[in-house]
Amino acid sequence: MRSEARLGWMLVAPALGVIALIAIFPLGWTFWESLHLHELRMPWLGKPFVGAGNYVEIAKDPRFWSALGHTAFFTFVSISLELLIGLFLALAMNRAFRGRGFVRAAVLVPWAIPTVVAALLWRFIFESQGGIANELLVNVGILDQPIVWFIRTWTAWIPVILADVWKTTPFVALLLLAGLQNIDLTLYEAAAVDGANPWWQLRHITLPLLKPAILVTLIFRTLDGFRVFDLIYVLTGGGPGTTTEPVALYTFNALLQNLRFGYGSALSVVIFSVTFGIALLYVKGLGVKLAGDER
Amino acid sequence: MARIALEHVEKVYPNGYVAARDLSLDVADGELLVLVGPSGSGKSTILRLMAGLEPVTGGVIRIGERDVTDLPPQQRDIAMVFQNYALYPHMTVRENLGFGLTIRKQPVVVVDQRVRTVAASLGLDALLDRKPAQLSGGQRQRVALGRAIVREPLAFLFDEPLSNLDAQLRVETRVELSRLHRKLGATMVYVTHDQSEALTLGDRIAVLNEGVLQQIATPMQLYHQPANKFVAGFIGSPAMNFLEGVIRREGPSNVRTFRGIDLALDVPLDREAPGRVFLGVRPQHLEVVGETATGDGTLRGEVGVVEPMGNEQIVYVTLSGGDRLVAVAPPQQQVAPGDTVAIRVRLEGAHIFDAETGARL
Amino acid sequence: MSAPRINWGWWAMTGVLGALMVFTLFPFYWALVSSFTPDAALFRDPSLWPREIILDHYRALFDERDFFTPIRNSLIVAGTTTLFCLTVGTLAAYALARLEFRGKAAIMAFILAVTMFPQISIVSPLYLLLRSLRLIDTYPGLIMPYMTFAMPLTVWVLTGSIRQIPRDLEEAAHVDGATRRQSFTRILLPLAVPSLATTGILTFIYCWNEFLFALSFTLGPERQTVPVAIALFRGQYQVPWGQILAAAVIATAPVAAMVLLFQRRIVQGLTAGAVKG
Repeated sequence: MRSEARLGWMLVAPALGVIALIAIFPLGWTFWESLHLHELRMPWLGKPFVGAGNYVEIAKDPRFWSALGHTAFFTFVSISLELLIGLFLALAMNRAFRGRGFVRAAVLVPWAIPTVVAALLWRFIFESQGGIANELLVNVGILDQPIVWFIRTWTAWIPVILADVWKTTPFVALLLLAGLQNIDLTLYEAAAVDGANPWWQLRHITLPLLKPAILVTLIFRTLDGFRVFDLIYVLTGGGPGTTTEPVALYTFNALLQNLRFGYGSALSVVIFSVTFGIALLYVKGLGVKLAGDER
Repeated sequence: MARIALEHVEKVYPNGYVAARDLSLDVADGELLVLVGPSGSGKSTILRLMAGLEPVTGGVIRIGERDVTDLPPQQRDIAMVFQNYALYPHMTVRENLGFGLTIRKQPVVVVDQRVRTVAASLGLDALLDRKPAQLSGGQRQRVALGRAIVREPLAFLFDEPLSNLDAQLRVETRVELSRLHRKLGATMVYVTHDQSEALTLGDRIAVLNEGVLQQIATPMQLYHQPANKFVAGFIGSPAMNFLEGVIRREGPSNVRTFRGIDLALDVPLDREAPGRVFLGVRPQHLEVVGETATGDGTLRGEVGVVEPMGNEQIVYVTLSGGDRLVAVAPPQQQVAPGDTVAIRVRLEGAHIFDAETGARL
Repeated sequence: MSAPRINWGWWAMTGVLGALMVFTLFPFYWALVSSFTPDAALFRDPSLWPREIILDHYRALFDERDFFTPIRNSLIVAGTTTLFCLTVGTLAAYALARLEFRGKAAIMAFILAVTMFPQISIVSPLYLLLRSLRLIDTYPGLIMPYMTFAMPLTVWVLTGSIRQIPRDLEEAAHVDGATRRQSFTRILLPLAVPSLATTGILTFIYCWNEFLFALSFTLGPERQTVPVAIALFRGQYQVPWGQILAAAVIATAPVAAMVLLFQRRIVQGLTAGAVKG
């Protein structure tokens, strides 16, 4: 019915309008800015059109490539750990046991608090002088003396990744749990009757049937990983130096510290393209049905 | 009460799927018409078209004398009982029953009184303040029914209302529905996939297959004079047997033979050329006799399974040619799996269907 | 996994689960304990059990640092954004879940795509836009940018939730004579209240936790939100860990309470949007 279509569009319009105004329009602006030279610190230069100039500079910018590498490294390591632990948590939470509600809630709290608070908690734990991490490790004998975690790059990554895993594994576990609950229990019963042990069931029933959920989780987590900002801003500030700086932080610095709006915008566009590309890849791979299919 | 008429109705979905094609149907005032057919035959779709829950892509629908083709369900003044009852879970039984009237701003007194009357007639008085989640399946079904009755609509539409009930409850409710129909004298359209339900309930039955109306007639007419092979095979339990073969003419007279059986046809075949046909015979018209019997119209085969039903036995026979037949034998007859038997075909109840079109000849 | 329980497997699982629980809860415990520890003792021979309990840090938070203001700001911004998005989002979600019209798939894809935007990509134009509208360091100056993620999130989760309510009920209402608006207000909305609550909670949490926009679009303590305020705590000589942790505890407590109370709802809401595709 035509009136249904009209009503549909009318109802969707406000939400779409807001999104378009607040998200699309600025995005277009960013793209436009990226084609210009715009140094707020040097207003006498004006705002000349430089086409792909900024992008060329990015391609030659070693700090950018390092940032990209940091981001990729962080994302990869975090996701792997989160998937493993998350899968375990999901499997454990799938059966009913006493205290399951408590476990679920406890595991959710890290997800629910602000990232900056999480980062501060972990920064506090890993403080070199008298931080509890050092204390425990030395007391237990794993370390001879306290480490100054944030002074060296590879030791600085440890609290960062730990904090991220701590904070987002719950989300991963939840998504996987939902996928698990969609698996027909009678499949396991049939397998048990046929003589399959739990390992076999895990490998041949659970994991294959969990693939869609795992893929969805991978999409969300990869995108989140590439956009990481809050965590590193507070934990290491990108340091030591710029050795833990992810692309988002680099862009932030370029924009709001160095006030290089043109260049920063180009960086923004690059980040956007990368995340969009990743999302597209995943979505194509999944063949996600977006409009629903209920009739 | 009113009549419902579908005139050349067509429903094609955007993806090309044709749910109904050139469908014309008349439901007389006060009649209970059953729409029956296998899954996917389009019967539920047709019901929804009548209700206005989906728009037609062609044709006209009339309720009473009004053309309702373009009217939304709210304005058609019909009531529907859904397969899953669709009771409003957050409302009490009382509120559910009264919803149709309340929505139309009927005075509270009127609503209350009608709700109570209908609830009493359905045995729901004690449950009026409960919520649907607290009711049993049978009780919910009655509430769904009550909701429809309270509205005193022009017609009732039922979408497989009994399929969620267990077997015994189904039979009981079926009888109730029949009684209700007689009491109210209402026009009812009833959709089901169960042919025995159709036969017992319907004044007339419309048999559908893949969106096309196969035949619309009274139960007896459908049983004894099926229009085509589909209807013949669908109606009646156990289902009709079909033997495929060719009719040959032996000699100049009207005698034809079918796989060795001589047929004396009382309906002259127009076509001279032998055609491939199906011979349809109901299990009740097949006699199981000892293997020594010979004569015209006997077939030989081996018994596979015997199902004792109490008042009769259902015998599954595999013929020497490989065909399978189902026959009905009286309870006292000695038949056992593995027996070699002969089957005598009683031709009075037999039908012949053209192999290609399926039409009865 | 199914019924046959191998004993050592069960023990191993419980053991690992226990370890994970400790890992999850330890930072909170440690923050709590440390927030009651005087500054001087914070890094000197820390112990797992509290030696003394003082409330100085908490007092200082409110007396010296005026922690009320960021809390107030966060409440206003998160609350307003959530309410607005719920209202507008419900209408859109109803249309997307219940009505048929061309372009629906495109809209859903679009909304999904917007949730994937890296915020950093729109910080600068938003900054310039807000500056030209003189909205830097104001409430609308935060509420508007927050819509970029709150609105798509709300619409997405609500659409998923409404889809799970059977259509039968509204169809029955239509047949019974209800107009679309009546079936929406009397049938769908009452049944959608749990989903609305859940979506509201989720949106509120996301807004409350937001950092980048709040950092970029506020200038001073008057309008800073809780995350920004905490991150920017500066001490005279050193990082004021005692107060930071006290603030962290305060920031965490209500969230933890909400999660404990509504964990089932939250889980449903998260997964309704995500896994259903």
